Amino acid sequence: MSDWTLFEVFVRSKHGLNHKHVGSVHAADAAMAMENARELYTRRSEGVSIWVVPSAAITASSPDEKEPLFDPSDDKVYRHATFYELPKEVGHM
Amino acid sequence: MYAQLVDTGVKRLKTLEEMSPEERAFQEKIDAEIKIEPKNWMPDGYRRTLIRQISQHAHSEIVGMLPEKNWLTRAPNFKRKLQLLAKIQDEGGHGLYLYSAMETLGADRDEEVAKLHSGEVKYSSIFNYPALSWADMGTIGWLVDGAAIVNQVVLQRTSYGPYSRAMIRICKEESFHQRQGYQILLHMMRNGTDEQKAMVQDSINRFWWPALMMFGPHDSDSPNSAQSMAWKIKRMSNDDLRQRFIDQTIPQLELLGCTVPDPDLKWNAERGHYDFGEIDWSEFYDVVKGNGPCNRDRLRIRRKAIEEGTWVREAASAYAAKQKQKNAAA
Ligand SMILES: [Fe+2]
Ligand SMILES: [Fe+2]
Ligand SMILES: [Fe+2]
Repeated sequence: MSDWTLFEVFVRSKHGLNHKHVGSVHAADAAMAMENARELYTRRSEGVSIWVVPSAAITASSPDEKEPLFDPSDDKVYRHATFYELPKEVGHM
Repeated sequence: MYAQLVDTGVKRLKTLEEMSPEERAFQEKIDAEIKIEPKNWMPDGYRRTLIRQISQHAHSEIVGMLPEKNWLTRAPNFKRKLQLLAKIQDEGGHGLYLYSAMETLGADRDEEVAKLHSGEVKYSSIFNYPALSWADMGTIGWLVDGAAIVNQVVLQRTSYGPYSRAMIRICKEESFHQRQGYQILLHMMRNGTDEQKAMVQDSINRFWWPALMMFGPHDSDSPNSAQSMAWKIKRMSNDDLRQRFIDQTIPQLELLGCTVPDPDLKWNAERGHYDFGEIDWSEFYDVVKGNGPCNRDRLRIRRKAIEEGTWVREAASAYAAKQKQKNAAA
């Protein structure tokens, strides 16, 4: 079975929410991956929609790139609403 | 537990000073409760130990379906049959979640399954005991899944991300298993004939000690525990987990109106725990070595399932290849 394609499974738990990664399945093709994902990850109505994606099709950032990728945004506090202090009279904004 | 004697290959813990810079950074991450993810650097021993533990855990889920499947066609009514079927399907699912987690460490699923079938890798000793009566379906859900839950709740905090996430998913499903089992027993004790009540007691008598053995040897006889705890693969010792299980199970036992076959079991107010008698460790090691009542049969059925399913897998591959060709031509 290891020679079958590995698929990553994403499930949308409710209408209006994002698909979320839940795990993976092996399958001979995409249709079978869908059936396997349904049996394995939504036995208790955990979802309203499933995506299956061949794992090999995903490009992931590597842990060594963590600093160059994510550090630059750490010192940009002005990108957050809480950075801007306003007088009480303004009320909720 | 579901993985009872996992060898770390480490005889003595290294101090932070003795570690290479990589190892030290790794250990500091663990100490800070930061999860290790598949692409992160990790010591070979950590990777090997995890593959062993997760594969044993997965095999246990899969082999664990066998004692119960015996009763699917013998369930007392349709409702119980559906419940048991759902429970068994969950266990198959647990095995698959765990095999997936194991694969993120670079292990090959077919190779690991082959190791199970050759006897090189074990599964939990508990599944080498037979399910002889319908009451055993209750006792297994209540005691065996109950013991597994005690272990798995703690493993939700294990240091390896994919293993921890598989445990969280599994724990959500387990409490159904334990409750359906306990309810089977409670129903028999409250509404059953004398014979049925005796069947419950007999079942508990047979499963009590094997359930306690699920937690593995005493801490003093677990040479690999120190490293597994330092790596936070394990989060609580065998003896502590066993005590926790006993403490929470005895009140449920009393509610059933049953007893366990241990004359030394009694509440110790000073310790705030139940005292209990010594486990027959020779039985435990005998079963682990392959000489339990059902070891050979369990492996025979697993091998047969793989062999007899070969044509299905081949047909699926052939169909997929044909479809691909067709789509390419269109
Ligand atoms: Fe399970
Ligand atoms: Fe189980
Ligand atoms: Fe279970």
